[in-house]
Amino acid sequence: MGVLLNVNNLVMEFGGIKAVDNLCFTVQEGEIKAIIGPNGAGKTTVFNAITKAYQPTSGEIWLGDVNLTPLPQYKIIEHGISRTFQNIRLLDSLSVLENVIVGYDSKLNSGFFSSLLRTPLQKREEAEAKEKAMEALKFMGIDNKANLSVSSLAYGDRRKVEIARALISKPRLILLDEPAAGMNPLETQELMEIIRKIRTESRSVLLIEHDLRLALGISEKVVVINFGKKIADDTPYEIRQNPEVIEAYLGKEVS
Amino acid sequence: MFDINSYIVQILTIIGINSISALGLHVVTGLTGQFSLAQAAFSGIGAYASALISLKTGLPFPIALIVGIIAASLIAVIVGWPSLRLRGDYLAITTLGFGEVFRVFLLNFEFTNKALGLHGIPRETNLFITYFLLAICIIITWIMTKSRIGRNMITISNDEAVAESFGIKLSKYKLLAFTISGAFAGLSGGLYAHNILYVNPSDFGFMKSVDVLLYIIIGGLGSLPGAILGSALLTGLPELLRGFSQYRMLVYGCVLIFLMIYRPQGIMGKSDSSISKLIRKKLHHIDKTSKGGAV
Repeated sequence: MGVLLNVNNLVMEFGGIKAVDNLCFTVQEGEIKAIIGPNGAGKTTVFNAITKAYQPTSGEIWLGDVNLTPLPQYKIIEHGISRTFQNIRLLDSLSVLENVIVGYDSKLNSGFFSSLLRTPLQKREEAEAKEKAMEALKFMGIDNKANLSVSSLAYGDRRKVEIARALISKPRLILLDEPAAGMNPLETQELMEIIRKIRTESRSVLLIEHDLRLALGISEKVVVINFGKKIADDTPYEIRQNPEVIEAYLGKEVS
Repeated sequence: MFDINSYIVQILTIIGINSISALGLHVVTGLTGQFSLAQAAFSGIGAYASALISLKTGLPFPIALIVGIIAASLIAVIVGWPSLRLRGDYLAITTLGFGEVFRVFLLNFEFTNKALGLHGIPRETNLFITYFLLAICIIITWIMTKSRIGRNMITISNDEAVAESFGIKLSKYKLLAFTISGAFAGLSGGLYAHNILYVNPSDFGFMKSVDVLLYIIIGGLGSLPGAILGSALLTGLPELLRGFSQYRMLVYGCVLIFLMIYRPQGIMGKSDSSISKLIRKKLHHIDKTSKGGAV
C-alpha cells in the first residue's frame, strides 16, 4: 500500500492569521484517517485547502503523483477526491436522485447541443448517471427515497444523501467533514458501518470528527491539530495516552 | 375606427414578445441565479440589428430576426465574459451599467438616427409567428432544464461551492445561461421592432429591464410556466386597468405589493425557489464573509 494523499508543509494564512501552520501528513491507500482537534483548530480549513476551495499560502498537496496545488477547484474531483460538508449542503430545488447525480457530473460529457437534441450518447449518459445514483443510494440504504424532495428528509437521511453524492463518482479519497454531527448514537453506529464499507471498496477515507468515540473507534491513524499545528499523528491507542492531546482537549492541570 | 379585435391581437402579440424575453431572463436569473438588469439592452440590440437589416438591406424577415439573435447573443458573450465573475449585487450593477451605456450610445450614434430612432420598419410580426417562436423557446428551455445543463445551472443557483466541488465549472454555465438569455432577448427585440414598426433608445431603458425581472419574480422565480404567466399578467393588467384612466399605474403598483406580501414566492413558485430565498441566501453570504468562517 502506497501513499495516496501527501500534504506537505501546508500553510494557510488569512490576513496575518495562520489558520494552518506547516502541516504535514499523509493518507495511505485504503486507510481510514481522522483529523481531530478542538474548535477552531483549522480542521475544515485543511479540507478546504485539499479540495482547493482555498488556495494554500504555501506548501504542496499531492494525490498519488498528481500535484493538486496549482489546480482550480472544479478539477479536483476529476483526480478522485470528493467531499461532504460540515453543514449539510444539499440542493433544495432538486430531488434526492438529482442531488446524487450532481456528484457524477464530472464523468458526463454531453454539452448544450447534444442535451437539446437528446442524442443517443446523451440519453445513455443520463441513464448511466441515474443507475449509478440509485446504486449509491442503495449503498447508503435510502434508495426508497430517491424521488423525494431533499427538504422533506430527516437530518440523518440528509447526511446520507450527501455521502451518496460524494461516493457516486467512486473517488479514491473521500473527505467527510463531521459526518456524525447531530446524529444520535444509533445513527452514529450505522455511520461507522458505512465508513467501514466504503473502505472495503479499497478507497481511502479522511474524516474530521468531534465525536471522539467515532474518530478513535474507526480510524487506523489519527492526526491531532491545535491552532493549525499538528501535535500528534498516531494510532488511536497512542493518541489516547498522549499528554499533549489530553492538554489540548482538557486543558493543563494547575499545579 | 377602433377595432376591438385588432386591439386584443396586439396585446396578445406583445404578451408573446415579452414572454420570450422573460424566458431568457428565467434561464439566467431563475435557473442559474444570476441577477441581470441588461435584458432590455439585449432586446434593444436585437431590435436595432434586425430593424437595420430590414431597412437598409431589405433582406427577408427571418434573416433580420436571425441577425438580431446573433448580435444580441454575441454582445451577451462579450459583456458576460468579464462580468460573470462578479456575484449578486455587483453583477446587477454591472449589467445595469451596460444597459445605460447602450442606451446613451444609441442616443448619440448617427447610424441609428440618435434619439429619433428608426421608423418605417416593415410590419412582419404577427400573432402566429410570435407564438410559434415562443413555443420553440419554451421547448428549448424545457428540454435544457430537464437535462444535465439545467441541473448544473440549478446547482449553481443553489450553492456555488457545491457546484465547484463536484466539477461544475461556474464560468462556463453562467456564460451559457447569459448567452441564451441574450439570444431570447434578441429574438424578442426583433419581433418587437417589426410589430411596433418604430424603435427608439428609450424603449430599451432600465425600467424595461426591471419590468422583465418583475415578470419572472411575480410569476415565480425558477418556474418556467411562472415566467410566461407573469409576463401575461403584468403585460395584460395595465390594459385591463385602462378603465381607471390616470390611476391605473397606481392600482398596478398596489397589485404588485399585495402579490409580494401574500405570495412572496410568486404565483407558480415553490416556496423553495423564491425571491425571499435569494434574499436569505444573500444575507447568509454576507454573514459568512463577515465571519470568514468555515465553508
